[in-house]
Amino acid sequence: MSAASTAGSVDAGPRRPAGRRKKRDDTRLALLFILPAGIGLLVFLVWPLLTGLYFSLTEYSILTPPKWVGLENYTTMLSDPVFWKSLRVTVLYVAINIGVQTVLALLIAVLMQRLTQSTWLRSLVLTPYLVSNVVAAIVFLWLLDSQLGIVNLLLQAVGFDPVSFWASETWVIPTVALVNVWRHMGYTALLLFAGLQSIPEQLYEAARTEGAGEIQLFRRITLPLLRPILALVLIMTVIGSFQVFDTISVTTQGGPSDASKVLQMYIYENAFGQYNFGYASALSVALLVILMIITFAQYFLTRAGQSDLD
Amino acid sequence: MTRTTPSSSGRALTRRSVLGGTAALGAAAATGALTGCGGSAGASGTTQLDYWLWDANQLPGYSQAIDLFMQRNPDIDVRITQMGFDDYWTKITASFVAGAGPDVFTDHLGRYPEFLKLDVIVPLDDFAEIAEIPDDQYQPGLQELWTGQDGKRYGLPKDYDTIAIMYDAKALEEAGLAPKDLEGLDWNPEDGGSFEEVLRRLAKDTSGTRGDEKGFDPTSIARYALGADAGIDYTGQSTWSPFAFSTGWTFTDEKTWGTRFNYDDPDFQASLDWYFGLVDKGLLPPFGMFGDSSPAQSQIQGGKAAIALAGSWMIGTYANLEGVDLGIAPLPAGPVGHPVSMFNGLGDSISAQSEHQQEAARLVAFLGSDDAQEIIGRRAVVFPASDAGTAAASEAYESKGLDVSPYTDRVKRGETGLYPLVENAAEIMAIMQPAFDDLWMRKIKASEFTAYNDKVNKLFE
Repeated sequence: MSAASTAGSVDAGPRRPAGRRKKRDDTRLALLFILPAGIGLLVFLVWPLLTGLYFSLTEYSILTPPKWVGLENYTTMLSDPVFWKSLRVTVLYVAINIGVQTVLALLIAVLMQRLTQSTWLRSLVLTPYLVSNVVAAIVFLWLLDSQLGIVNLLLQAVGFDPVSFWASETWVIPTVALVNVWRHMGYTALLLFAGLQSIPEQLYEAARTEGAGEIQLFRRITLPLLRPILALVLIMTVIGSFQVFDTISVTTQGGPSDASKVLQMYIYENAFGQYNFGYASALSVALLVILMIITFAQYFLTRAGQSDLD
Repeated sequence: MTRTTPSSSGRALTRRSVLGGTAALGAAAATGALTGCGGSAGASGTTQLDYWLWDANQLPGYSQAIDLFMQRNPDIDVRITQMGFDDYWTKITASFVAGAGPDVFTDHLGRYPEFLKLDVIVPLDDFAEIAEIPDDQYQPGLQELWTGQDGKRYGLPKDYDTIAIMYDAKALEEAGLAPKDLEGLDWNPEDGGSFEEVLRRLAKDTSGTRGDEKGFDPTSIARYALGADAGIDYTGQSTWSPFAFSTGWTFTDEKTWGTRFNYDDPDFQASLDWYFGLVDKGLLPPFGMFGDSSPAQSQIQGGKAAIALAGSWMIGTYANLEGVDLGIAPLPAGPVGHPVSMFNGLGDSISAQSEHQQEAARLVAFLGSDDAQEIIGRRAVVFPASDAGTAAASEAYESKGLDVSPYTDRVKRGETGLYPLVENAAEIMAIMQPAFDDLWMRKIKASEFTAYNDKVNKLFE
């Protein structure tokens, strides 16, 4: 989205009438407008980030003053098997969640664009996103219950054994990942759909007159031209996916046998279960660093800042 | 493992319920802010106290008792707040951080050592009203559980709980057994004794074959002998602990405030291998078979299990199960020659942040008095901590047609093992939960608990 708009504004600049006598200085007014957002940024983002960094270097039980321990939390973390396991679990979750979600969302977005003009149908796709994460998790907790869940009743009706979706080490992460796919794919599809709208129709027409089929249109036109949007959507959804917490907190609390103890769950457990706010802060900083690396890598690998539309 | 009932919170008996609240942080912070005005002065010059508890079943009893307290102490106005067990601890933590917690609150043995370490609860002996209450007003050993390492009391016992066996008499009858067949049973970790014989009789596979008959298929069960909740934790309160206790095992090196755990003890490990080995024999549901939505009492009600170990705080819940002809039987006698139940109890603690600690102490002393304990006892929801209260409760249960002696006998005869009162409870739970899950999933043997035990003991070094 932003790629398209920069492309537009670059050539708009020089055409601006240069005949004004003297440009008014808007700096003060601009600062005034920035102020509310700036205060919000400072209070809710920069300050917590800095205190978080500080706490990560302390031993802090929140009810007693923090005690400086230097890098001890970080050395503990690097040799903490639970941290590494939670990281593996998180990565597995992200892989399944983002993989399935992106493919499905892309499919829905293309279908939305190619098959229907109905606003009603298009907005229907967004409905799962309107359900809160906790509500969605509780609904699926019941749907997929090993005894009372309708999904298992259906599985048994067609001759399968019931599956313990929430209590099997194999199934628990795929289950949580797919629940969140269900909730987020409509929203992701909508973002991709907006990107599809920016692809000029005449490209498709031209290709069609050359005899290209739907699949070729998708591979040769849609995908390459959608790349910047797709990249941005991926960056956003991957960040969100790494921060999975509520679904797991509501359903498994990290079980069975730590099989669904994602990083955020481990952070929560340390902070609010064991009052190790210092160590929990160090884990949070680790998550921040991981997310920064992944985001930068994604940004450069997918050339998200450039468009092929020119 | 916990002291809640499903009626107060739909997911009351989850594995993390004691030590890890499941409430979302935002919600906890928000609610903490809403109710947090502990110790503000009441409208007409009276002192306002906030009292928190989690058990909805006990709310009517405590309301009645506290009304009486306010009648006798017109200068104090008490506001009672009740919330589900899972949210309770998240909210207590948030409110301590915000400095806006309750003045007096119901406390748990799995929790108060942490509060003590964080200096957010005060020693009760400093208050004259409480200092004059003798330890022996309560069931023997109960005050000990609420005494810190400095010898001071940090909670005044309000009730206690023990473990016994609940069953549906119809399920027994169908297996050709009578209620008296469940009495006087013996158990040992090698072959399970006569208790295991009864379990085999009670189990039934999908083709209708009994567990003690030829051709029984332990992989396709219609009715398990022994029900179990979804999560089994490091205390095993109403699951494995009675068996391990009855070999003479104890959790730690000391009765209370131990610093060395005994999960490496061969008797303990043999008891655990026997208990979780019941899965392989088709007598205990496999891990994950029943989720949080199907706790032990639902398994009994639905005919999926014949009997279940249950805490005394569950008596009311079991008694109200529709279609169940409830019976209560004692635990089997173990190698020590008698049954052993875990002994646990709740207490009232006073917040260090309260601005009205003197008034709070008057409330705590009153709740521990016979007057209050009898009011609570007559509600037949829990066993109050004092003799008078327990007598009132037993009478109330009897009038409902329930003989609760399998619960009270354990205390009367001193056949109890204490709930592990230790520091680092949350860390211990985090270390041990995967071990118990793995054992139940039959991935490891109990002998592998030795390595976990070393990790736990490291916490105390």
